Amino acid sequence: MNKQFNQFRFWAIGLATSWLALFVLVPSLMVLVTSFLTRDADFLIQYKFSLEGWKSIFDPTFISLLWDSLSMSMITAVICLAIAYPFVMCLMGLPQRWRGIVLFLLIVPFWTNSLVRIYAIQFLLGKKGLINETLQFVGLIDKPLDMLYSQFAVIFGLSYILLPFMILPIYSSMERLDFKLLDAAKDLGASASQRLMRITLPLTLPGIIAGCLMVVLPAMGMFFVADLLGGSKHALLGNVIKNQFIQTRDWPFGAALSILMILLLSFMLWLYYRATKMSNREGGINDSNF
Amino acid sequence: MIRIFRLGFIGLVLCYVYTPIFILVVNSFNESRYGNKWSGFTYKWYEKLFENDSLMEAGWHTLQVGLTSATAATVIGTLAAVALQRYRFYGKGAVSSLVFVSMLTPDIVMAIALLILFVTLGIELGYISLLIAHITFCLPFVIISVFSRLKGMDMSVTEAARDLGANEWQVFSKIILPMILPAVASGWLLSFTLSIDDVIVSSFVTGPGYEILPLKIYSMVRVGVSPEVNAISTLLFVGSVVLIVISQLLLRKKGNL
Repeated sequence: MNKQFNQFRFWAIGLATSWLALFVLVPSLMVLVTSFLTRDADFLIQYKFSLEGWKSIFDPTFISLLWDSLSMSMITAVICLAIAYPFVMCLMGLPQRWRGIVLFLLIVPFWTNSLVRIYAIQFLLGKKGLINETLQFVGLIDKPLDMLYSQFAVIFGLSYILLPFMILPIYSSMERLDFKLLDAAKDLGASASQRLMRITLPLTLPGIIAGCLMVVLPAMGMFFVADLLGGSKHALLGNVIKNQFIQTRDWPFGAALSILMILLLSFMLWLYYRATKMSNREGGINDSNF
Repeated sequence: MIRIFRLGFIGLVLCYVYTPIFILVVNSFNESRYGNKWSGFTYKWYEKLFENDSLMEAGWHTLQVGLTSATAATVIGTLAAVALQRYRFYGKGAVSSLVFVSMLTPDIVMAIALLILFVTLGIELGYISLLIAHITFCLPFVIISVFSRLKGMDMSVTEAARDLGANEWQVFSKIILPMILPAVASGWLLSFTLSIDDVIVSSFVTGPGYEILPLKIYSMVRVGVSPEVNAISTLLFVGSVVLIVISQLLLRKKGNL
């Protein structure tokens, strides 16, 4: 009996541990190592130390590209936040049952193919797309607007795809908010905007940061959005990484770029950690404050 | 007044989410090739789709990868969740942080990490490499889905079973597994949808010899609008929605979400 006990335990722990070690941990370390190797035209990489991959990042043309990609992702996060936050506040006014249904309706498309949904946006933004036809019909514009293949289109597509990633974390932090605090503030004479700025916003800050984390990083990687909606002009970091690996074959540079993304991820995780600590200390999420 | 405003805003956002999908579905039944104007109802794009051999082959490959990777990820993930919940072992903290990290890592970073691994190990890019990659990105979703179910359960039954002489395997197969089955099934369905919808990771780790549907669609839509793509996208969309609805219903059962 004892032997069988060990066997089940052994497989349950061993299988997942070795899978994660072999296919998550080892490859990540290999990316780090690759970023410090020498590029080779024939064999992709030479096992010789070099900083070329990292130097390419500080190339001025690349810096401006990186900035473009970063700013597009940040604008996307801001737009998502501007829609998601009021949306969640409206949602909290609904009865519990309805909240579940609305959230479910939001999540369903998020599990479907994002490529297909980006492709569908072409129908919306095109010269003869729904938006242009509607605006012309209403009489707001005479000539169709040129919306497709622009920075606007890329940002539109990214925020469309990533909106649920902003809504869900904000919703879960809003759900944990103790509404008695708001009632108390109201009784003590705080105005609606004071209650928002001094109670709701600070206490839901972890949710906001988690949402930004789940929007900004994926947004930088979604090369197909830039491809289909931005034409060739408005590249994201993902397009650059893809080019380095598939076409230009500069693996050390591509690897250095993904390390850069991981650093960004760690930075945002650190922010999140700080924000949760802060809201736990100052607010009503844990009981020790009462 | 405020109520109307609230409902209006929620409705508006839902509209924004569903309009592009709605247009796509409508266009897949549209006689007109470019889909600017409605010119009559037709099934012909669906018929064309089933005559397109390379598209059908890609679809078959997608199913193959989806079924096998979802199943493997579910087995490994369920065992992992049970292990994380029941046992103390060396490196447990490291394992849970690896799960957490692999969930947050942007797809593109995971994709190139796996590509470097496959090339270094000399694994040919095709079915096997796709399978490994898909299992890897599905794994955290299964683990978290099963783990949160386990956390909400009363574990005293398992202790009673141990006292009565059941071994760990019996406890797992006779008690834990039946109790977490809805979460396991929902984890499988989520993995399957993740697998059939993935573009980013697959585009790095598959070779020209093994084409899958999302990548085939990608290369078709880069060239321009094609009504067959509308049809296949509609099918893919409907398929994912059905699976997701089932998986959510499974999770909701017994009020556990």
